[in-house]
Amino acid sequence: MIAKFYESLYRIRRVEEEVAKVYPTDKIKSPVHLSIGQEAVAVGVCEALRPDDIVFITYRSHAGYIAKGGNLKAMIAELYGKVTGSAKGKGGSMHLVDVANGIMGASAVVGTTIANSIGYAYGVKLKKQNNIVVCFFGDGATDEGVFYESMNFAALKKLPIIFVCENNGYAIHTAQAKRQAVPDIAAKAAVFGMPIERLGDDVLHLYERISAAVETLRSGGTGPFFFECETYRWKEHVGPSEDYNAGYRARAEAEPWMEQDQVQKFAMMLDPQQRQQIEQAVEIEIAEAFEFAENSPFPPDAELYDGVFA
Amino acid sequence: MNRNNVSYVDAISEATAQEMAYDPSVIVFGLDVDDHKAIQGTTKGLLAKFGPDRVFGTPLSEDAMTGAAIGMAMCGLRPIHVHIRMDFMMLAMNQLVNIAAKAHYMYGGQIQLPMVVRSMIGKSWGQGAQHSQGLYSFFMHVPGLKVVAPTTPFDAKGCLISAIRDNNPVIYVEHRILHFQKGPVPEELYEVGPGKARITAAGSDITLVGISHMQIECLRAKHYLQEKGINAEVIDPIWLSPLDVDTIAASVRKTGHLLVVDNDWGTCGASAEIMAAVTERLQGEMRFTVHRMGFANTSCPPTPSLEYLFYPNGRTVAAKAFDILKGSAQNWLPNERPDLKEIEFRGPF
Repeated sequence: MIAKFYESLYRIRRVEEEVAKVYPTDKIKSPVHLSIGQEAVAVGVCEALRPDDIVFITYRSHAGYIAKGGNLKAMIAELYGKVTGSAKGKGGSMHLVDVANGIMGASAVVGTTIANSIGYAYGVKLKKQNNIVVCFFGDGATDEGVFYESMNFAALKKLPIIFVCENNGYAIHTAQAKRQAVPDIAAKAAVFGMPIERLGDDVLHLYERISAAVETLRSGGTGPFFFECETYRWKEHVGPSEDYNAGYRARAEAEPWMEQDQVQKFAMMLDPQQRQQIEQAVEIEIAEAFEFAENSPFPPDAELYDGVFA
Repeated sequence: MNRNNVSYVDAISEATAQEMAYDPSVIVFGLDVDDHKAIQGTTKGLLAKFGPDRVFGTPLSEDAMTGAAIGMAMCGLRPIHVHIRMDFMMLAMNQLVNIAAKAHYMYGGQIQLPMVVRSMIGKSWGQGAQHSQGLYSFFMHVPGLKVVAPTTPFDAKGCLISAIRDNNPVIYVEHRILHFQKGPVPEELYEVGPGKARITAAGSDITLVGISHMQIECLRAKHYLQEKGINAEVIDPIWLSPLDVDTIAASVRKTGHLLVVDNDWGTCGASAEIMAAVTERLQGEMRFTVHRMGFANTSCPPTPSLEYLFYPNGRTVAAKAFDILKGSAQNWLPNERPDLKEIEFRGPF
């Protein structure tokens, strides 16, 4: 299990580092909101899911997409704007999707997909399917009205859904305490009568707690469940760089998170040989994905008008 | 049931019930779809027939419920989301414009969203500024959405069936006054599909395009114009997006004059689009004129004296058409004919 978790954590970290490295060459034709520092929540949650479970992700979606098993080649090609991308180059980094792997898309307009996730969960319940829905969103999304409307409906209809708030403390550059009169997101969900838990980014603990909720739903218990997971974004809101000198936050705030970096923590838990094997395999996978993107063509002109309607 | 005298309301409820029986993935929801009034009767009987999982009232949460409809469609359902007034759809614009319209394209074809959003435009009996708006042009503007505004019971049924079966989001617009229309409606399932207008009255002197409730006013105007020996052709576009420009342009090619009468303001409205599309099609080919009528450029006042002035009606449409053909010097306005009197809405709704 440790090896499997490490592989996923390492894959996300290294993909993001490669994206950051390639970004200045302008080969990536899409604004990137990197997940570096936030890998743990995505992995802890998605490792508790089956392939046929459904996730709704956010514009900072790379971690969730990769952790849920999204096709890596299609993701990188999408960032490059290539026709082999997950959305044929028509979605970009903020709209990653992989329906075959249960990834139902992401919105650039914050909070929008929360409402989509409850609808999907309603469908799962109506059709008596055995899979479950997980909705990822950030603390910024909980400023939006649609968050409250969606919590209410999910609780009212006892939907088979797990809400995961990845609270990194900022909506772009504005801290939670400057936006929320009561900066306690889990408490707001609790008002709707659903079980809540406050977690950090300890992957094993996340996995354990999410698995318990999944088990309840799988065995016919009712949802929703709400998890507020504290995490930290290491890079700037959008783009490949750090921004600790910009004035809105200090490096000192990030340091405790970097010291307890889950990627490093799991690396240390493995024997060096096993770790090396995992890393080598992932490095090959990533190199192949970037090569695939590099070598893929841009969409032909006819693609412009293709797919406006189904 | 006398199949030649079916109401618009019954046509909608029948279409919904038949489609729900035909396809278990069709569901209906929205505030009060399951109450004793059943959205003016349009959802009557559905709860008893299909149960509360497929027919349910919702919280007053237009944003989240529209988003939920999208999620249901992603999960393979065919949701019909009902708004008792179109004005409330302004609370759903993010979901409709940013996700519903774009999902199929933006997700590279991986996702399709078969969903219908039904809503009603109010008029008369003090509906006022926020219960009277015909905001369909907002949705015509956005690629990826289909928009339909049927005027007859026959089309109400056929268009709704077509909308439910469509694999794309369809904005289905009803007018409260049209709910009182009665006419022939076949019992069987049939579709009145996207992109085809109907010539509702043939003529040769001027083309009147009447949208939604204004279709009735245009038919009324045709009768008034006959008093002056003017033979108007009346067209119901039915589907506003995709729009059947061919049928309208072919009519203008014959008459040389286009008057679009919309149940909306003119600026950037459906009337602007129709005039522009016909002009693009016919300019350089022939001489023709384009004109439009619509809401007064104000908010809708509830007081009857001002509300009467706010809307075009059969007499003012006829007068405008007469002016276009004969000049305004005669200042002709037909006397109101009782046989053509408007069906009035008496609230409460």
